[in-house]
Amino acid sequence: MYDFLIAPFVEFGFMQRALAGSLMLALGACPVGVFLMLRRMSLTGDAMAHAILPGAAAGFLLYGLQIVPMTIGGLIAGVIVALGAGAVSRFTVQREDASMAAFYLISLALGVLIVSLRGSSVDLMHVLFGTVLALNNDALTLIALISGFTLLTLAIFWRALVAECLDPLFLRSVSRLGTPVHFIFLGLVVLNLVGGFQALGTLLSVGLMMLPAAAARFWTARVEPMCALAFGFGAISCVAGLLVSYHASLPSGPAIILSAGAIYLASILFGTRGVFNTKLRRHRHRTA
Amino acid sequence: MTDACLTFKDLTLGYSSHPAVHHLNGSIKAGSLTAVVGANGSGKSTLMKGIVGVLKPMAGSCTVAPGKRIAYLPQQSELDRSFPARVIDLVSLGLWPRRGLLGRYTKEDREAVSHALMAVGLEGFEKRPIDTLSGGQLQRALFARVLVQDADIILLDEPFNAVDAKTVGDLIRLIKRWHGENRTVMVVAHDLELVRAHFPNTLLLARQPVAWGETIETLRPENLLRARRFDEAWHDDAPWCEPEPGHVHAHSHDDHHHHEHGEVHGHPDHESGPRAA
Repeated sequence: MYDFLIAPFVEFGFMQRALAGSLMLALGACPVGVFLMLRRMSLTGDAMAHAILPGAAAGFLLYGLQIVPMTIGGLIAGVIVALGAGAVSRFTVQREDASMAAFYLISLALGVLIVSLRGSSVDLMHVLFGTVLALNNDALTLIALISGFTLLTLAIFWRALVAECLDPLFLRSVSRLGTPVHFIFLGLVVLNLVGGFQALGTLLSVGLMMLPAAAARFWTARVEPMCALAFGFGAISCVAGLLVSYHASLPSGPAIILSAGAIYLASILFGTRGVFNTKLRRHRHRTA
Repeated sequence: MTDACLTFKDLTLGYSSHPAVHHLNGSIKAGSLTAVVGANGSGKSTLMKGIVGVLKPMAGSCTVAPGKRIAYLPQQSELDRSFPARVIDLVSLGLWPRRGLLGRYTKEDREAVSHALMAVGLEGFEKRPIDTLSGGQLQRALFARVLVQDADIILLDEPFNAVDAKTVGDLIRLIKRWHGENRTVMVVAHDLELVRAHFPNTLLLARQPVAWGETIETLRPENLLRARRFDEAWHDDAPWCEPEPGHVHAHSHDDHHHHEHGEVHGHPDHESGPRAA
């Protein structure tokens, strides 16, 4: 048991780093994912993940496979797309889903173009799928900063974020925070995706954000426990994914996301608000 | 005499350059209880949005007396009922004007929320998820939120829609209580009997004010007939109201629209509804 569960993390530095990095990622990304889901923007996360690519690719083109320039590039690209799409939806008749799709497709095509200017498909695979087993100190520091900043921002803007999700028109009638908080939130999404792409790649970093959140929805009907539960699921996925990848010699990023996927599928079936409890089991009902 | 709480100066509100409320002048007195009446499309909800500031005026202005807080209950709430919140979370949103983003909810705040729930007959509903409420229960909860907001000006847009008779009675009692507390209340309503029975003042709208003043005077049959005959459609070929942009006050039909509060009814110039020029 010890050999299977604990030994890999005790014996190997790279496993410790991978675990620390992915847990910190989950700490910031999972609550953000909960709000993305509650705002019906689950696919926005996906779109943003694609949108980051040209920035990361530009960093890669100029400086090679290095974390800092690629992160900064990804951040810039993500913020441009988020602001552009958000502004189009807030100030024109077009809804956010359409404007987001338009912006991220432009961004993705640009990214693939830039990567193909220099580099092989191996490099592209690095950017797309990440390398959680090769996190260096820079990357870990970056992830720690991002998750700390995310938690702090969420704590400060919590009330506004909940109000903006629950009743946006009400928030607009009592406060001018509605629009700013929307953009702050999109900023957090970008930040966490950029933080995640070192470890999981641009395509899969959104998985650690959305899957635990989607799973948590099947267990509770309140926001605070949902965020905590999402982080719990995220953390379990990280540990399980890393172990599976270690023992079965599988790529670790997909293993982590697949673990989260397994939790999600189990939650659909067995969650307190899942299929078995709400649909299949015949409920006794009370007199009032 | 009490002061004006809301002042409309030549207020024109609308969507994509077509006016929905056209050149409204007048004021709402502090502590008054006004019903806003008119057919569908006559600009009632638009006026509410204009007062709250959710919709910016195309011309003219709507001024709120300084220091007066507004509580607004929209007709089509953007409330997301699938959001995982409890009744108490929804009603606690009403604490925003007092506590803002970061202020802690005190013991008094929590008491205010539970008093409000009691006042609307929802005691015991605190922990209920909002997606399990009936339409009437949700409306009560939203009234509780308005109670918690403790505002000087209360705007209710068709609060009696899809609400049973008992609930209407309860909500009317709350509105009267606010009126008694010298708050300024404006309510969009369709039931004229209800308006005659409970509202001292009425504004009759048909994209422009048809009549405005004491309810009995305003809701006279000839006024109602005129209000019914207004033109609801947008006309893309309608001439521009202002000949030159920026000439907000210098439009040509001052004689039609510059009525002071109360002297609108009986004016023969209003028969044909919104004429653009």
